[in-house]
Amino acid sequence: MNTRAGQARSAAWLIAPALIVLAIVIGYPILRAIFLSFQADKSLDPTTGLFVEGGFAGFDHYLYWLSNRCMSPSGTVSTCPPGVLATDFWPAVRITLFFTVVTVALETILGMFMALVMNREFRGRGLVRAAVLIPWAIPTAVTAKLWQFIFADRGIVNSLFDTNISWTTDPWAARSAVIIADVWKTAPFMALLILAGLQMIPKDVYEAARVDGASRWQQFRLITMPLVKPALMVAVLFRTLDALRMYDLPVIMISASSNSPTATISQLVVEDMRQNNFNSASALSTLIFLLIFAVAFIMIRFLGADVSGQRGVKGRKVPGMRKRRQVKMEEEELVS
Amino acid sequence: MNIALKRPGRSLAAIAIVSTVVLAGCADSGDTGETTTATATDTTTATEAASDSEEGRGPITFAMGKNDTDKITPIIEKWNAQNPDEQVTLRELAGEADAQRETLVQSLQAGNSDYDVMALDVVWTADFAANQWLAPLTGDLEVDTSDLLQSTVDSATYNGTLYALPQNTNGQLLFRNTELIPEAPTNWAELEASCAGLETDCLTLQLKQYEGLTVNTVGFMEGWGGSVLSDAGDVTVDSDQAKEGLQALVDAYENGTISSASTSATEEETNLAFVGGDTAYAINWPYMFTNAEGETSEVAGKFEVQPLVGKDGVGVSTLGGYNNGININSENKRTALDFIKFIINEENQTSFAEASFPPVLASIYEDDALVEQFPYLPALKESLENAAPRPVSPFYPAISKAIQDNAYAALTAGKSVDDATADMKAAIEQASR
Repeated sequence: MNTRAGQARSAAWLIAPALIVLAIVIGYPILRAIFLSFQADKSLDPTTGLFVEGGFAGFDHYLYWLSNRCMSPSGTVSTCPPGVLATDFWPAVRITLFFTVVTVALETILGMFMALVMNREFRGRGLVRAAVLIPWAIPTAVTAKLWQFIFADRGIVNSLFDTNISWTTDPWAARSAVIIADVWKTAPFMALLILAGLQMIPKDVYEAARVDGASRWQQFRLITMPLVKPALMVAVLFRTLDALRMYDLPVIMISASSNSPTATISQLVVEDMRQNNFNSASALSTLIFLLIFAVAFIMIRFLGADVSGQRGVKGRKVPGMRKRRQVKMEEEELVS
Repeated sequence: MNIALKRPGRSLAAIAIVSTVVLAGCADSGDTGETTTATATDTTTATEAASDSEEGRGPITFAMGKNDTDKITPIIEKWNAQNPDEQVTLRELAGEADAQRETLVQSLQAGNSDYDVMALDVVWTADFAANQWLAPLTGDLEVDTSDLLQSTVDSATYNGTLYALPQNTNGQLLFRNTELIPEAPTNWAELEASCAGLETDCLTLQLKQYEGLTVNTVGFMEGWGGSVLSDAGDVTVDSDQAKEGLQALVDAYENGTISSASTSATEEETNLAFVGGDTAYAINWPYMFTNAEGETSEVAGKFEVQPLVGKDGVGVSTLGGYNNGININSENKRTALDFIKFIINEENQTSFAEASFPPVLASIYEDDALVEQFPYLPALKESLENAAPRPVSPFYPAISKAIQDNAYAALTAGKSVDDATADMKAAIEQASR
């Protein structure tokens, strides 16, 4: 047991229980959903008026969602009429992607500002850090209700600015309202993750830069940004995946209908289950899963999100560090 | 180190994948067996269980959403005092309708007998019946429904068979601010005319995109003589009368008879608008009567209620309320049946009326003492006599969505009524496969 092979083997068996639990809790539902997505939903037997099991459906559900393909009563294939859930699929995908891009961009910028402020030394810094986190700590349902009252027809926003915008029903006003509420709620989360990254940058690098005569902006661009990039990309990755799954904020604040101007794809899944179409809802869930998986893959592979913390350890490229290390090595050689 | 990890790592991964696939495959065969039982076997087991008078009796559970359980608790206590061997336990479900439905569906799909009697929203009865989760009230479970309001019995009937017993009902009323509009309108044209020159909003009702929009759209369609589904189950939403009804709604919204705030109003916003004196007319459920008479109301003593108005006279209100269904897997169906009959006896229905919970027993509405206490009862009775249940179909959620989406587009996006009703029909037919 003292050999490396022996230790590795016992380590593997020790993590086995956790792997089995993960397989049951995560792996099984995903595979079962994929299996169900190829089965047809229950259909009504016209003679008895009772539901009977559907059989195998092949790719019918996927075609239903992706290309709006419905079977009309006469048996011909046609596009689904408005009022059927499939017609809300592509608008919902567009809305979800729009929300994701806009909210993550705004939250990153705001979060960066807040983190830079919180990183400095000043009295009451701990209090500021705690206070900034309050929007993130409030449950989303409460936040959604809060902002619903603020944006109500006779709420504070319309009174203060003397406007008469129907924030909850006009399409673009509703989308702006959801974006404002989401950014308010989640910018602190980004700020905290970026702050963690900022605090790992050694202070002497800044001192050296100041000695060398670098301006504030140059320090930010050439020292802060490259060094905080791994943590920043992790934060952006988490936020992007969260935003793609957004459900409770638009539902409670605006409307639970899948036809609303702020409907996200998660809302479609719930609506489909409420109509008892569990199998086509499984197909939609699988499609969402693939979408999120693709986004995460692209971000980790190509945009350098450092999820495992490995990349920053060796070979981290810091401008000026290489020269310093070379100088140090030469000094040691001279000494030895 | 990498080489040494390979063997135990690989075998573990293999075990994990294989067990997952086996689980996924095995679970499937368990599911299909349960739901393909033929109707014949189900009804025989139900009648067999009920025919044995000693069997089928025992303690039962009653599931209801927690919003209205305060009206049912005294009745349960009375029953428990009279029947010590057949106690009823109340199981409170979530307040929101969708959450209640999910809890019940999860339990019923698994074939559990957790809930013997369930208080079902009127729109779920057909759905639950078609899924064979309710015991049909025929044979040994037969009930005499002649004393109940006919429209409520219709809402509990699917395919000619009674599947649940109505418990309480609800119908909409037209509230009128008598300071602004002294005379009661007798039809829709008079209502529109009476609003000429009014400074406040004319009529406020629920037209936000949710179930309330379906309720009001169907109310207008039926008030003009149309319907969504015919008795035989055909889709008649594009008939001329239904189109006329929808056109009346769209025109009223465009010319200002229906306030523009209505498209963001649910029952609560309608309540606030009427009780605050901001609207001359409001269509809402009877609960608003108590609020309008309250101390903080601007219209206390200055309003009247009447049934809805339609094209040629009294309009058609859409029904709400609860129907009590017996779980097909229940082991104590005789007790369950006696309990739901107990709820509709005169004493208990009177207690409902006193709690502003509209009863289903027709005779209650003529009781003089109650009418004095609750002046809206005669108006409510007329409204309920002219009420129609929402489309009785197992696909009700999909039908509701088809109506909502297209009605909202007709109101706010300028979609023509012909297109809207044609799409409604296509979407309903698509959903009803």
